[in-house]
Amino acid sequence: MTVYSSVLDIIGRTPMIDISQLSPNPRVRIIAKLEGQNPGGSVKDRIALAMIEQAEKEGLLQPGSTLIEPSSGNTGIGLAMVCKVKGYNLKIVLPSNVSVERTQLLSVWGAEIIQSPGSEGSNGAVRMARKLAAEHPEWVFLYQYANPSNPRAHYESTGPEIWHDVPEVTHFIAGLGTSGTLIGVGKYLKEKNPKVQVWAIEPPSGEMVDGLRNLDDGYIPPIFIDNDGEHLLDRKTVVGPKESIEWTRKLVDAGLFVGISSGAIMAGAVKCANLIEEGTIVTIVCDGGWKYLSTGAWTDDIDQVTERAKKIIYF
Amino acid sequence: MGIEVRLPTVLRSAAGGQATVSVEGETIGEVLKDLTNNFPGLGAQVIAEDGTLHRFVNVYLNDDDVRYLERLETKVVDGDVISILPAVAGGTL
Repeated sequence: MTVYSSVLDIIGRTPMIDISQLSPNPRVRIIAKLEGQNPGGSVKDRIALAMIEQAEKEGLLQPGSTLIEPSSGNTGIGLAMVCKVKGYNLKIVLPSNVSVERTQLLSVWGAEIIQSPGSEGSNGAVRMARKLAAEHPEWVFLYQYANPSNPRAHYESTGPEIWHDVPEVTHFIAGLGTSGTLIGVGKYLKEKNPKVQVWAIEPPSGEMVDGLRNLDDGYIPPIFIDNDGEHLLDRKTVVGPKESIEWTRKLVDAGLFVGISSGAIMAGAVKCANLIEEGTIVTIVCDGGWKYLSTGAWTDDIDQVTERAKKIIYF
Repeated sequence: MGIEVRLPTVLRSAAGGQATVSVEGETIGEVLKDLTNNFPGLGAQVIAEDGTLHRFVNVYLNDDDVRYLERLETKVVDGDVISILPAVAGGTL
């Protein structure tokens, strides 16, 4: 085994596991890329490192600099880890209704947490972070929703890794948040094989939509618009919390202990497998299950867990 | 029985406060036309001036965003549920 000099050197190059035993169609393989194997525990380590390294190249960061970022958890945790190693201060604007472990992990890595109203979801966190960044020009605002290093990290690492390991891929399925994974990987895979289909899975917008006062409070991530995401995606499907938790549990049968959003993406993969004749689906497992143990997702009555999941941001 | 259209809170006042309305049509475009004929206040909020969907509106046929199906030409059948939702930030952020 190689000995690495920094935890940052082991970001990426994640393993892929054939989980076709869970495929409903014997002619469709399903292969999961385990992003929870990253040192900060999620796919977001990749963009955290890429965005910070780009800011360093541009001379925006000096030792002791302060960064601010809206995050419902994983990007914040990835950034906190990178900032700890590199000696930067980090403030994370976090909706109040995320799982307790996400908050705890941010504290572990030394990030300062600024809470935004849970009822406003990620939209509210984005809005508050933009306001604070405007008031504090001395803080560095990487802004994952608009930062080209976000999709670029996936175009340069996640995409090539998938193509190297599974060149027979016909469908790529991932969660839609900032759209960075879908844009970066999708663009890379389609350049290699234009026939590859890219599917986005999203959670129901649920209660946070009720906080909108008018439609123009709506939000489309700038990187989605800048990269013509609408043209790149082939399908966008909502998966509800109950189905997400059911598939989170079924993934345990294949030995995979994963976060609830990965259950949602798996549910989307199963839907895809039922719709196509044959093929090879690559799904993203965004993170491991550790941060969701407090939700009772594996242990409690599924209807109770579903009700609980509706009140937190798990995606 | 018709097609059920679910409206987000932000659009309900333009539809007499209703959360769901029943409409007719064979495509998403026809359904939305029937909807906005019944509730003219919804018109400009759902369909942009150029006749396409308003950019901050997502329309779902059951679970699928119609922008990635056949857009306004997407076929619908009795029993389908159509949801109109504002675009918001979500995801594993």
